[in-house]
Amino acid sequence: MAPELGIFALILAFILSLSQAFFGLTGAWRGKPVWMAVARPAVTGQFVFVVMAFACLVYSFVNNDFSVLYVARNSNSQLPLFYKVAALWGAHEGSLLLWILILSIWSLAVAAFSRALPLTFSSRVLGVMGLISSGFMLFTLWTSSPFLRLIPAAPDGADLNPVLQDFALAIHPPMLYTGYVGFSVAFAFACAAMLEGRLDQTWAKWTRPWTIFAWLFQTIGIALGSWWAYYELGWGGWWFWDPVENASFMPWLAGTALIHSLSVTEKRGIFKSWTLLLAIFAFSLSLVGTFLVRSGVLVSVHSFATDPTRGLYILAFLVLTIGGSLTLYAWRAPKLYAPGGFELFSREFFLLVNNVILAAVAALVLWGTLSPLVYELLGVGKISVGPPVFAVMFLVPMLPLMVFMAIGMHSVWRRGKLTATAKPLWWLACAAILLSLGVQGLVFGELHWLGLLGFSFGFWIIFSALLEPLRRLRQKQTLTAALLGMCIAHLGVGMFAIGASGVESYKIEKDVSLKPGGSFRIAGYDFKFVSAANVRGPNYDAVQAEVQVTRGGKPVTLLEPQKRHFWVQQTANSKAAISVNWARDLFVAMGDPLGDNAWSMRIQYKPLVRYIWLGAIVMALGGLIAATDRRYRVKVPAAAPGLVTPPDSRAELGSA
Amino acid sequence: MTPRRKRLFVVLGILGGVAASVSLAVMASRENIMFYYDPSQVALGKAPLAKRFRIGGMVVKGSVARKPGDLQVRFVLTDFAHEVPVEYTGVLPDLFREGQGIIAHGTMDSHGAFVADEVLAKHDEKYMPPEVAASLKNKPAAGAAAVKPTS
Repeated sequence: MAPELGIFALILAFILSLSQAFFGLTGAWRGKPVWMAVARPAVTGQFVFVVMAFACLVYSFVNNDFSVLYVARNSNSQLPLFYKVAALWGAHEGSLLLWILILSIWSLAVAAFSRALPLTFSSRVLGVMGLISSGFMLFTLWTSSPFLRLIPAAPDGADLNPVLQDFALAIHPPMLYTGYVGFSVAFAFACAAMLEGRLDQTWAKWTRPWTIFAWLFQTIGIALGSWWAYYELGWGGWWFWDPVENASFMPWLAGTALIHSLSVTEKRGIFKSWTLLLAIFAFSLSLVGTFLVRSGVLVSVHSFATDPTRGLYILAFLVLTIGGSLTLYAWRAPKLYAPGGFELFSREFFLLVNNVILAAVAALVLWGTLSPLVYELLGVGKISVGPPVFAVMFLVPMLPLMVFMAIGMHSVWRRGKLTATAKPLWWLACAAILLSLGVQGLVFGELHWLGLLGFSFGFWIIFSALLEPLRRLRQKQTLTAALLGMCIAHLGVGMFAIGASGVESYKIEKDVSLKPGGSFRIAGYDFKFVSAANVRGPNYDAVQAEVQVTRGGKPVTLLEPQKRHFWVQQTANSKAAISVNWARDLFVAMGDPLGDNAWSMRIQYKPLVRYIWLGAIVMALGGLIAATDRRYRVKVPAAAPGLVTPPDSRAELGSA
Repeated sequence: MTPRRKRLFVVLGILGGVAASVSLAVMASRENIMFYYDPSQVALGKAPLAKRFRIGGMVVKGSVARKPGDLQVRFVLTDFAHEVPVEYTGVLPDLFREGQGIIAHGTMDSHGAFVADEVLAKHDEKYMPPEVAASLKNKPAAGAAAVKPTS
């Protein structure tokens, strides 16, 4: 009963989203308030029915209804309850339903918080979002329904893929999707502004908090994915430049650029068409990501089931969305030209540099991700682009970006000179280099060019980010949420730079063969394989090794990695054991029994690796603080069509 | 300098920077893009001898061998037309097993064996890397079941 109800609810939601799109868009076009008034209730209705459809699938999972094909494929009666629910988005069909649910939550939020906006504008925004959700619902109903029955029912399910039975991965897709889908709001705002033919600074002010929220969720989502890959896949790497990772990283880059260019559009009323283009790209890259993941055109560790129909549908949807929005852009953007100059080394200049570099990196990553396809289509051969290529493409533009970031935080609008607070910046740069040399020499005992660059830039950015908030605190001046958020987010970038360059410079990774009693030393730590024993989990058996870690004879920690064998899928999965502290991770993962009582083991020393994810969390926190700035709260329904706030010409700090 | 010219200067400068980084990336990638060859191409001597490349195929059942307690493992990869022996030293991925499609990165040694520095088996046990599936599909002798795409 539940799956049928689910399908029915999804069809109703589809019809409601169609009417949301139709009445929202044509109502605004024809200027009919009665039509436009339909859009909001349609959003609410759509939300209710999507939640119902989602609940039906959750119900089927929790109750082990293996007469539902999707449940039978992705769950099992022995699966712990938490993973039964998480299994819902463990494969293609269910993750689409999650996507739709999140989109309807965003739509509901937009509907709820856009009452202060002009009616035509908000109904256009909701109309565009209705188009997007109806596209995704049609896709789900047509090619990927999770509610199909399996007759006769399976006696038990095929189980969730063991590598997905993990906490971080259970919450990674919802976070990432919240980010992906959130860019649809910025996209809808951009389309609505173009349809309206009006894009002023209030528009940017409305769009900014939405974009920041989407961006911060995506930041967390990507960090979770990276953390998961690090401890769960058993390789100990934190980023693989896998097509699917790139698919999430490209919209993030475009979204980061968008946040910065929106600040110029808001403060100065310039960069308008560029901002629009970025809003279109951020969402389009999210769709490209979906296409790459779901169609199976690229080899990836994340490849879900591949199906040509699905690939074709997403491709068509992609062409329609990107083609449609770019056509609209070509038609409307020339009207939006706003004259306005700025000096070299003004804040506008620094943000322009930020945008150009981030866009270039996104383009390079896109090129690297797609070039295997291009090579194959050209018949040159089957190639793969290795991580070193991506590392160079990422690192080379990032170095100047970090310099511009450290200085740009202290620039002012219009005029090409820095604030008085920036005076210590130059000797702080020297201090950062000295500190970096000191850390390398004293802690790691070895100089490494990547470490030198990463530490120096990282420390410099952190110092620079702290300057202004500290000055204001000392002089008891007000510190706006936007300024504080900006500084904290940049502080996170500094932490990330230190973590990433530290682990890449000083990591030690060894694959060894150990017998009980044998030990191996890396980075001064002795890893002693004490014994191996059989243990039993809720749905697996495992061999658990006891590895004692000592340093100079003093005990450090006891690590217990497992090699799990899952009953249902008959697959092995190694669970790494990691000892964490503020300076380093010690990582042990079990390989295979090598005969003669020996086991292959992967032993790793990962200095500073935690600062990668901590940096990402701090970045997201900065976004959260900035988004709560009072400036973004639209209180009165003041902005009647045509009303334009005067350009804000004050040389004000703290809005980037 | 007029504001217009200044902006032109800025844009040109940035474009130059982007062009430089792109060409840098292209140069870097020439060293690091790896071509894919299947066991037949390798057996027929079409694969490069000095350069790293990727090879993919099925691990022949019963071919995985190692000295007890030794990290080095040998196995044979097949595309059902030709076979290539592979050597690897290190921890194999969880999903590596006989009869499974895998991809290995490495170089040929002088004895016609492929020395892998990385072995990849994908998450999904039913998953066949597309290249492997394609090279198996082109061989008439391939077992139909083995080539079945993921479902």
